[in-house]
Amino acid sequence: MNLPLTIKETQEGLKSKKFSAVELVDTYLEKIKKYNDEYKIFLTINEEGAYKKAKEIDNSDFTLPLFGVVGSYKDIFLTKGIRTTAGSKILENFIPPYSATIVKKLENAGVISIGKLNCDAFAHGSSGENSDFGTTLNPWNKEYTAGGSSSGSGAALSSGMSLISIGTDTCGSIRLPANYGYLFSLKPTYGAVSRYGVIAMASSLDTVGPLAHTVSDVETVFNVIKGKDYLDATVTEKSINNKNSKFKIGIPKEFFVGGLSKEIEKNIGEVIKIYKNENVEFIDVSLPSTKYGISVYYIIQPAEVSSNLSRFDGIRYGGLRDSFGEEAKRRIMLGSYVLSAGFYDAYYEKAMKVRTIIKNEVDSIFTKVDALIAPVAPTPAFKLGEKTNDPLSMYLTDIYAATANLSGIPAIAIPSGFSDKKLPLGFQLMAPRFGEDILFKLGKIFELATDYKPKVAF
Amino acid sequence: MNKYKIIIGLEVHIEPNTKQKMFCRCQQDHFGKIPNSNTCPICLGLPGALPYINKEAIEKIIKLGLALGSKINNFSRFYRKHYFYPDLPKGYQTSQLDSPFCIGGELLGKKINHIHLEEDAGKLVHETIDGEKVSLIDFNRSGSCLIEIVTEPVFNSVIEVIAFLKELQLIARYLDISNADMEKGSMRLEANISLSLDGKLPNYKVELKNINSFKFLEKAINAEIERQSKALNSGEKLIQETRGYDEIKKTTFSQRTKADSHDYRYFPEADLPPVELDNSEIEKIKLKLVELPEVKRKRFAEKYKLSKEYTEILILDIKRANYFEEAFKLSPNLITSIANLMVNKNLDKDFSEPAGLIRKILELTKVDYANSSDVEESISKVLYENPDVIKSFKDGKGQVIGFLIGQIQKKLNGKGDPRIIQQKLLEKLHE
Repeated sequence: MNLPLTIKETQEGLKSKKFSAVELVDTYLEKIKKYNDEYKIFLTINEEGAYKKAKEIDNSDFTLPLFGVVGSYKDIFLTKGIRTTAGSKILENFIPPYSATIVKKLENAGVISIGKLNCDAFAHGSSGENSDFGTTLNPWNKEYTAGGSSSGSGAALSSGMSLISIGTDTCGSIRLPANYGYLFSLKPTYGAVSRYGVIAMASSLDTVGPLAHTVSDVETVFNVIKGKDYLDATVTEKSINNKNSKFKIGIPKEFFVGGLSKEIEKNIGEVIKIYKNENVEFIDVSLPSTKYGISVYYIIQPAEVSSNLSRFDGIRYGGLRDSFGEEAKRRIMLGSYVLSAGFYDAYYEKAMKVRTIIKNEVDSIFTKVDALIAPVAPTPAFKLGEKTNDPLSMYLTDIYAATANLSGIPAIAIPSGFSDKKLPLGFQLMAPRFGEDILFKLGKIFELATDYKPKVAF
Repeated sequence: MNKYKIIIGLEVHIEPNTKQKMFCRCQQDHFGKIPNSNTCPICLGLPGALPYINKEAIEKIIKLGLALGSKINNFSRFYRKHYFYPDLPKGYQTSQLDSPFCIGGELLGKKINHIHLEEDAGKLVHETIDGEKVSLIDFNRSGSCLIEIVTEPVFNSVIEVIAFLKELQLIARYLDISNADMEKGSMRLEANISLSLDGKLPNYKVELKNINSFKFLEKAINAEIERQSKALNSGEKLIQETRGYDEIKKTTFSQRTKADSHDYRYFPEADLPPVELDNSEIEKIKLKLVELPEVKRKRFAEKYKLSKEYTEILILDIKRANYFEEAFKLSPNLITSIANLMVNKNLDKDFSEPAGLIRKILELTKVDYANSSDVEESISKVLYENPDVIKSFKDGKGQVIGFLIGQIQKKLNGKGDPRIIQQKLLEKLHE
């Protein structure tokens, strides 16, 4: 059977008995079994659980919002009874006694959980190369990175091993794999989706969001996973009701200088033209402090990492502390340093102040525009191995991602073509906090204007 | 040794009697439970688990702060305090640093620096199993609520320390915050002790830990004062360190010096939004306060003219104090017997109602009741003398009955049967 690439197609197929949920699972598993050894996309396959759920769906009345949707999770989401590794040897044999809130919500909404996805260990990385279980290859070209840290979350979709997937974004980790995989993805507002049961990287920056083949699928999944669970105290329920029929998008000049590749610059120029034809207005804006974003991020994030990883002290979970990889060790040391007595004020405290300035700048821009446009990354997917010996250049991959995480605003990654080397290209739009609806509307305008069709690599 | 001025500051931990732990839904009461039966992903610090604030704990700490005259912060937040210990499952304790719930305050004239909320750790149990020495971890207590009261270095003797702790314990019991029982671990103490020649704060302090009974507290602090004064007398320079008390050797021993002291790497807990309290919420909590022991003590001394010792025994338990007052209202003339039988014979324990105790007293003292015409005459006289009290009664202030009965008993030299007086008095008042 030909795999459906949207929720609508899946559910119509099930309703019209074109295929059953069990047949769907057969087809996805067939693909996983054929390619997973080489592409290293799944770390754990939930074959038994998936068939059990599929049978339930086949016997149901097809009313749940996500019935029959085959989904997979970055291996940083706890799944009760199913191994959860965070991509690290430390947790190689960890079987969680409870499930993350979003896993429960999705399964209750009818999702068939097919497995757990590869990622950089503890979500530290931009290329998937920091996984302790091998690097995920990009299905569009296996010599290139699939993007990180949610490397499996992107590749599972662009290889047709799953219809939707969930990732985490602390500084671009949902947007980058979508960008390198010709996919849509949402990094929600901080506090829109519960982080309960998500292995923490940096608590004040971590967000949980969906990847899918269309804006409307991203939106449907987001609507299922958002909202309070009374387990994550940072979750609030708000939404901006944007009644605009005409949108105004800001082009922050700081995001289109320096290391941006010509190919991406040109592609985003075309995107802007398409939007203008659809009656969307663009103005030049400036966010002068965002240039400090990555510096601020690389102080706050390691500080929180050093704290969050301290529970892996070798007493529980099996893996000893020497099982931490190079990147985790680097961040633990950096973080412990910036928090230590005598350095706290100079680093952490100062970074928090700059973070507030960036947040204020972003807030004030949104009194003038509905959204901001920016690249997702400075270049299309890079070759595996290219940056592994140069952590700083790897960190710079996330230069355009940091603003949304530091200020807590939502951002959507949208595919917008292919490079000369046939690698996916894309861009991101950002909106004010709890302005996800604006992003969905703008995403749909682009889909319609370009007659967008979902694509998989194979 | 008396040439030195003793300077002591206290850190007192109180386990409040909340229903649930600080950040999860497990039971706060962990006493005597099967190891690790009172746990969940949150208090086990499992990956992905997040804290959620227990509002009852906030109410309890604010009650305590209000009782001690602290300023209640409208904005408080939690911090992570990092250190490694096997019973600390997250590798950090969620505690407070700047902006704790309560700032300042005073008790028995001793200044309080601040009062904050935090979570407790688990417990290590060292055992020999099948001939092998093992350390086991029990997380039942992990994540339970703790209130920490930090005083200024203002204590100059062990007597002052004990008086402070006893009064704090009493207040915690009055306000239903905690039983604050040292032996059961619901009140724990760390004392920072130093000696000074000129009365100024010296450049060292010794933190004395793990003091878990009033009995050892005095011995431990005295042992440490003796050690320090001996050292200073012999010209030794004292260093900043943490020491414990050896109950057998009756001396303190060094546990940790400044050189290997922790750098706690405090930073704000991002998983918990700051707690914002407006003044109306604080006022609402204020309404739940009761008369504090010190106020009650003064009032008892003035109103009942009892000896200091009797007063102290009666107010030590708020329920007994209330019982005493009710009994007094019924038969003011019997105050001496009531106090005697309560303090010396605990007779209040045998009679759930104060009226029962009064009957018992009358039985024991075999009072010949005044005859009914005397009673009626006394009632008439008292009513004649107190027209304003009668007016208050008619205005609905029923509690004046106690006062009137007291006055009538006085005229009868205490020989009236309280039940008959009350009955006849009410008849008259309703005429």
